[in-house]
Amino acid sequence: MDCYTANWNPLGDSAFYRKYELYSMDWDLKEELRDCLVAAAPYGGPIALLRNPWRKEKAASVRPVLDIYSASGMPLASLLWKSGPVVSLGWSAEEELLCVQEDGAVLVYGLHGDFRRHFSMGNEVLQNRVLDARIFHTEFGSGVAILTGAHRFTLSANVGDLKLRRMPEVPGLQSAPSCWTALCQDRVAHILLAVGPDLYLLDHAACSAVTPPGLAPGVSSFLQMAVSFTYRHLALFTDTGYIWMGTASLKEKLCEFNCNIRAPPKQMVWCSRPRSKERAVVVAWERRLMVVGDASESIQFVLDEDSYLVPELDGVRIFSRSTHEFLHEVPAASEEIFKIASMAPGALLLEAQKEYEKESQKADEYLREIQELGQLTQAVQQCIEAAGHEHQPDMQKSLLRAASFGKCFLDRFPPNSFVHMCQDLRVLNAVRDYHIGIPLTYSQYKQLTIQVLLDRLVLRRLYPLAIQICEYLRLPEVQGVSRILAHWACYKVQQKDVSDEDVARAINQKLGDTPGVSYSDIAARAYGCGRTELAIKLLEYEPRSGEQVPLLLKMKRSKLALSKAIESGDTDLVFTVLLHLKNELNRGDFFMTLRNQPMALSLYRQFCKHQELETLKDLYNQDDNHQELGSFHIRASYAAEERIEGRVAALQTAADAFYKAKNEFAAKATEDQMRLLRLQRRLEDELGGQFLDLSLHDTVTTLILGGHNKRAEQLARDFRVPDKRLWWLKLTALADLEDWEELEKFSKSKKSPIGYLPFVEICMKQHNKYEAKKYASRVGPEQKVKALLLVGDVAQAADVAIEHRNEAELSLVLSHCTGATDGATADKIQRARAQAQKNQ
Amino acid sequence: MAFPHRPDAPELPDFSMLKRLARDQLIYLLEQQETRGGWEPEWRRQQRRGVKCRPRSQLPGKKDLFIEADLMSPLDRIANVSILKQHEVDKLYKVENKPALSSSEQLCFLVRPRIKNMRYIASLVNADKLAGRTRKYKVIFSPQKFYACEMVLEEEGIYGDVSCDEWAFSLLPLDVDLLSMELPEFFRDYFLEGDQRWINTVAQALHLLSTLYGPFPNCYGIGRCAKMAYELWRNLEEEEDGETKGRRPEIGHIFLLDRDVDFVTALCSQVVYEGLVDDTFRIKCGSVDFGPEVTSSDKSLKVLLNAEDKVFNEIRNEHFSNVFGFLSQKARNLQAQYDRRRGMDIKQMKNFVSQELKGLKQEHRLLSLHIGACESIMKKKTKQDFQELIKTEHALLEGFNIRESTSYIEEHIDQQVSPIESLRLMCLLSITENGLIPKDYRSLKTQYLQSYGPEHLLTFSNLRRAGLLTEQAPGDTLTAVESKVSKLVTDKAAGKITDAFSSLAKRSNFRAISKKLNLIPRVDGEYDLKVPRDMAYVFSGAYVPLSCRIIEQVLERRSWQGLDEVVRLLNCSDFAFTDMTKEDKASSESLRLILVVFLGGCTFSEISALRFLGREKGYRFIFLTTAVTNSARLMEAMSEVKA
Repeated sequence: MDCYTANWNPLGDSAFYRKYELYSMDWDLKEELRDCLVAAAPYGGPIALLRNPWRKEKAASVRPVLDIYSASGMPLASLLWKSGPVVSLGWSAEEELLCVQEDGAVLVYGLHGDFRRHFSMGNEVLQNRVLDARIFHTEFGSGVAILTGAHRFTLSANVGDLKLRRMPEVPGLQSAPSCWTALCQDRVAHILLAVGPDLYLLDHAACSAVTPPGLAPGVSSFLQMAVSFTYRHLALFTDTGYIWMGTASLKEKLCEFNCNIRAPPKQMVWCSRPRSKERAVVVAWERRLMVVGDASESIQFVLDEDSYLVPELDGVRIFSRSTHEFLHEVPAASEEIFKIASMAPGALLLEAQKEYEKESQKADEYLREIQELGQLTQAVQQCIEAAGHEHQPDMQKSLLRAASFGKCFLDRFPPNSFVHMCQDLRVLNAVRDYHIGIPLTYSQYKQLTIQVLLDRLVLRRLYPLAIQICEYLRLPEVQGVSRILAHWACYKVQQKDVSDEDVARAINQKLGDTPGVSYSDIAARAYGCGRTELAIKLLEYEPRSGEQVPLLLKMKRSKLALSKAIESGDTDLVFTVLLHLKNELNRGDFFMTLRNQPMALSLYRQFCKHQELETLKDLYNQDDNHQELGSFHIRASYAAEERIEGRVAALQTAADAFYKAKNEFAAKATEDQMRLLRLQRRLEDELGGQFLDLSLHDTVTTLILGGHNKRAEQLARDFRVPDKRLWWLKLTALADLEDWEELEKFSKSKKSPIGYLPFVEICMKQHNKYEAKKYASRVGPEQKVKALLLVGDVAQAADVAIEHRNEAELSLVLSHCTGATDGATADKIQRARAQAQKNQ
Repeated sequence: MAFPHRPDAPELPDFSMLKRLARDQLIYLLEQQETRGGWEPEWRRQQRRGVKCRPRSQLPGKKDLFIEADLMSPLDRIANVSILKQHEVDKLYKVENKPALSSSEQLCFLVRPRIKNMRYIASLVNADKLAGRTRKYKVIFSPQKFYACEMVLEEEGIYGDVSCDEWAFSLLPLDVDLLSMELPEFFRDYFLEGDQRWINTVAQALHLLSTLYGPFPNCYGIGRCAKMAYELWRNLEEEEDGETKGRRPEIGHIFLLDRDVDFVTALCSQVVYEGLVDDTFRIKCGSVDFGPEVTSSDKSLKVLLNAEDKVFNEIRNEHFSNVFGFLSQKARNLQAQYDRRRGMDIKQMKNFVSQELKGLKQEHRLLSLHIGACESIMKKKTKQDFQELIKTEHALLEGFNIRESTSYIEEHIDQQVSPIESLRLMCLLSITENGLIPKDYRSLKTQYLQSYGPEHLLTFSNLRRAGLLTEQAPGDTLTAVESKVSKLVTDKAAGKITDAFSSLAKRSNFRAISKKLNLIPRVDGEYDLKVPRDMAYVFSGAYVPLSCRIIEQVLERRSWQGLDEVVRLLNCSDFAFTDMTKEDKASSESLRLILVVFLGGCTFSEISALRFLGREKGYRFIFLTTAVTNSARLMEAMSEVKA
C-alpha cells in the first residue's frame, strides 16, 4: 500500500495527478509517430495512422499506407492510400474515419478500412487547397472545419447532414493563422483563430476580435490553443512561454502559468474530470510533458519516445510506439482512501477489511471507529466509488471486498450501487482486455451508455462478447441479444465468398424466431450488398408477410410482392403493390398478373368500378370475360347512356358479348330489351305518356290502362307473354279501371288459364260483391267453397262443402259461421259431419 | 311462456365498455389539439408501407360535422347530438350528393371508407377552391381508412388539403348479448365482389374483444372468410403478444361462421316475433320505427328494442302464434294490478302511485305498442296469403311437391307480388334443389325480367356468382369442367381465391346435409309451439336452422370430429378449423359462454334459436355479426337497381 500512491503527483495543494499504463503497444511500428498523420478516437477508440503522408512520389512502394489499430495496438485494417494527399484525419462520433484531402474531398472509412462514402467541402477548395483541417464533435454529431489556401474557413457542424458554411473573411489576414480551433457554443460552431497578437472569433455572420481577460502583456503571438472536451474551457500558449487558461467564452480567466519554454509545444490538451473543480492542461514537447494548472509548480514528465495525446472526458491518453498510458486527476474517492495517512471512513474500512482477513482484532477497532462517527454508509459508498476508478482488477476487488465487508454491518443498505458497480466493472474489464482494446474509464462508460458501447462492440464485429454482455446484464432481448444477432446477420450477408444457401441457413440457425429480429431488415442489407437472391431467401424466414412486401417491391419482385401482400391479408398492402405494378408494368402485363390473383383482381375491379370504368372494360376484354363484359354494357345502357340510340347500341354490344360467352339466354333477353326499348319509344311518340324503362309487364298494363287493348295484345304476342301472365295482368288492370263490362267480356273470351277464383278475389278487393258473385259460380269445384266464402255466401258454401264431403272445407266454412244468421248453416254442417261419421 | 334462464346460466360480460371506448375516442378525435398517441399504431402501419408520414393536422375549435347516413344510427347509439355539440361540433349535416351549405371555416367528415364519399368530399373541396375559399377539412374514417380512399383523394388533387384520421368504432353493442359491426356491405363486398377489405376489420374487432375480455381458449370456425379472419386475428395477437397473456378468459368459446355456409336459414320467412318485426318493419340499429298504424295515433314512434323493454324481452323469441295470447294475458295482469287500487286506503294508494304506477304505465305503453305491432303484422300477412307462402317454403325445405312450388313461384312473379320476395323464393328453390333445372331456370328468369325489368339480368348474374341462384348441371359434361375448375380453385394461392368460378364449383347439397344433420324434425302429431322441443320452433317446427345445428354439433363434440361428411358437403373441407389452448385457466362459468361470429350477417331467427339452445344446455350465447340481416336485405344486396 505504501507504494500505491507512488505515481501520484501533486499539483498545487488540492489535486493529485497520476499516470498509469493501459497497454504496452503491440503494434510493430517502423516509423516514428512524427512521420505519420495520427488520429485517435475518444472514448478509448481506434487509432488511425497514415504513413508517408507527405511523400509526393508516385512509386507504389512509397505510397502512403493507412493503418487502423485498436487502442491496444491490434491491427484492424491496413490499406494502401491511392487517393490524393491527405491533410488531416479524424474520427467521427460513430467511429468513422474522416480523411480530409488537400482538394477538399473528405473520404469516409469504416473501422475496418471499408470505404463508406465521400463528400466535398466546397468547390472553391479545388483551387486553393486545404491548408489545415479539424474534425470536432458537437451535439449533432461530428463536424469538419477547414482552412483553405485563401485563408478562408469553411465548416460543417454535422457531416451526417452536410451543410457547408463558409465563414466570413478575416480582415487583413495574409498568412495562415498561427493556430486555430473550432469552438462549439450554444449549439453553434465557431472558429477561434490567432493572428500575431490578436484573437478573432468567427461565427457565420461576422468576424470579431476578442481579447482574453487578464492576459499577461508582451504577447506577440499565440503558438497553441486547446479547447476542453466539453468546449467549456480554453487554453492559450503564447510565444513567451505563458499559458492562459479561461472559459471558452473568453469572459473569465481561471488561471495562468508561465513555463518559460518558448519552443512551440507539439500538443496541448485539457485534462480535467467532470464535476471536479480542478483545471489542468497537459502540454507536450518533443521529450517533455508538463501538467500545469492553478498552481505555481507544474508536474513534469520526461517522454522517452515520440508520444501523442488524446483528450478524453476525464483525462488524457498518451500513446507512443511502445506504451499507451492514461493521465488523469485522481478522483476524490480514491484520494480520500489512498492519501497517505488518510482517516477518511473509506480508508478505515479498507484497512478494517484487511485486518479482518488477517484475523486481527484491529479490524474491530477500525470498524468501531467508523461506526462511532456514524460514517459506515459513507465508507461503503466511498469504497464502491473508488473501485470504479481503479484500473487494476486486484485493486477493484479489494475495494469491493471492503465495501461488501462494511455492508454487513449496515441495515438496509440499498444493494443497487454495489451490484451495479460489480456488473459495470466486469463489463469494463472485459472491454479493456488487450484483445478488445477499449480502455474506457468508468466515467467515460457512464457517459457513453451501455447501448453505445454495445454498438461499438458490434462495429468491431465482437458479436460474441456483445451478446455475453447483454446476457450478463440481462438486457431485454429486443434491445440486446436480438439486436446484436441482427447486426451479426447483416455482417454475415456481406461475406461474399459464402453461398446464398449457406448464409441464409446459418442466419436462420442462429436467429431462429428470436423476438425483435426483423428478417426483412437483414434482407434489405443483403439487397444493399447486391445479393438479391439471398435477400429473397432471407425474406422467406420473415414470419409477417406484410414486412416482406416493401423490400420485394424495391427489388422489383413485384409479382412476388403481390402474392406476399395477398398472403398477409392486408388489403391496403395489396393495393399499394397493385398501384406499384400498374406503374411498373405495361397494361397488358399488369392485367395478366391480376388474372392469376383473384383477390387482387377483385380489389382492383372494385376500385375501377368507381374510379376508372374504362379500365374495367379493358380488364374484362383482356380476360375474355364476355359474361362480365355483357353485364358491363347492360349497366351502361341505363346508367351511362342517355339517348335511346346509345342505349340500344350498348345493349347490342352486350348481346354480342353474351353470345360470345355462350349465354344464349342473356343474349336473347338483351335483344328482347332492345326491341322493347325501340317499341316503347314508338309508343311514346304515338300515344304520348311514359313508356320508356317500364318492364314488359308494366308496358302492357299501361297500354291496357290507357285503353289500347289491341296494342297490348299485339305486344303480348310479339314478346310471347304467357297466357297466364296476360290474364293476370289484364284482370288486374281492368279491375283497377273498374271496367267491369270489359272484364266480363274478357272472362268470356275463352276459358281462363288461371281459373276464376282470381276474378272473385279481385272484385272483392275492389269491394264489388255484385261482380264477384258473377264469377263465383264459374269457379272450379276445388276452389268453389273458397270463392263462395269470399263473396260471403256461407250457406251455399256449406252446401258445396257437404256435397264434396271434404272435412277441411267443412271446418273452413264452419269457421266463417258467425253470429245468429249463420246458425242454421252451422247446424247443417254439424249434421252433415255426424252423418259422414256414421257412414264410415 | 318466455323461458327464463336457467339459474346456473353464466353472467354476460359487460359490453357497454365498448360504447364508452368508442365515444371517448370520437370526442378525442373531434377535440384533438395535439398529436395523438396510443389509439392506433398508425405510424407503424405507415412505416411498414413506406408511405410518407404526414403530421396529423388538428382541427381545434368549432367545426361543422358531416355524417354519412349509414353512420347516423350507430353514432346515435353512442353519442347523441348534445354530446357532439359539447365537443366543439357546431352544425351537423348528412353526407349526401348536394353542395354543402355550411359556412363554417372547418369541416369535418365522418364517413365509411368508400370511394363514393371521397369523390363527394373532393367535389366540395374543389368547389371551395374554385370559389377561392380556404377552409380546413378533416376526414374521419370509421372503422378504418383504406389506402384506396387516399388514392382517390390524391387523384382528385386534394390529398394535401384534407387531413385524415381513423375512428376505430367497429363494435356496437345492440343488446346485452348482441354486438353488431353495422357493416351490411360486408355481405355484398365479400360474398359477391370477393373483396376482402373488411376481413381485417373483423380481425381487429376480435382483437379488441380479446384485449378487453381476455383470450378465447376454444376457437372453432367454418368458411373461407372465417378462416382468414381467424388467421389475421391470430397474427395481430402475436404481434402484440403479452397483452392478453395471463388474463383469465371471460368467454370460453368462439365460433366463426360464414354466411354462405347457410344461406337457407337466412332466406326463410321469419316467424319468431323479433324476426317478424324485422321482416315487417325493419329493425335498424336496434330500434324500429312504428308507423301510425301501430301507434294508433298520427305519429310514428321510434322504439328501442332490447332486453330493457320488459314486454319485448318476454316475447322476442316466441313463435308468433303465441305472442297474441301472451300479450292478452299480460294485459289482463296489468289490468288486475291497476284494479288493486280499488280497495286501497290512502297510504297504500300513495305507495302505489309513487312506486308502481310509473312502471305500470310504462308497461302499459309498451304493451299497447306491441299489440299494435302484432295487429299490423297480422293484417299484412293475411293479405299476402302468408299461410300459402309458408307452406311453399316448408315444401321446399322438405323437398316435396317441387313442381307445385315452382308454379307457385311463377305465379308469384306473374302477379308482381314483390320483386324481393320472388327472388327469395327462387333462391330458396335453387339452394335446396342444388340449382334449378335448366328449363325452370330459363322460364323463371324470363318471367322475372318481364315483370321487373331487364336490369335484373345483372341481378341474376350476381346471384349466380354468389351461388344463390344456379342452374343444375346437365349431365356429366359439365361436371368434368366443374372438377377441373374446382381443381384450379384449390391449386391457386392456397384457398385464397374468390371468383365467379368458385361458386360454380360449389353445390349446395342441402338435401344431403339436411338428412345428415336431421334438420327436418319428424313430427308425430302437432308440433307444440308453446313448449318447443328443439330449435325448429323458430320455423314453426318445420326446420332446424342449419347454422345453429352446426354450432350445436360442434360444441357438443368440442371439435369437428365426426362431422367430416357434413363439412365436405358444405364445401368447406379446407375451411373448418378448431383451435384449443391447453391452458385450463378458464373457469367453468366462462366455458359456458360462447361468442358466435357471423360473417355476412345473422338473422333474428338464428339468434332466437341459439338463445333457446343456450337455455336448454345451460350455455349463453353472445352474438357478433357484421350486421343483422334477413332475407330481404340479402336479396337487396344482390339486386341491381337503376340508380
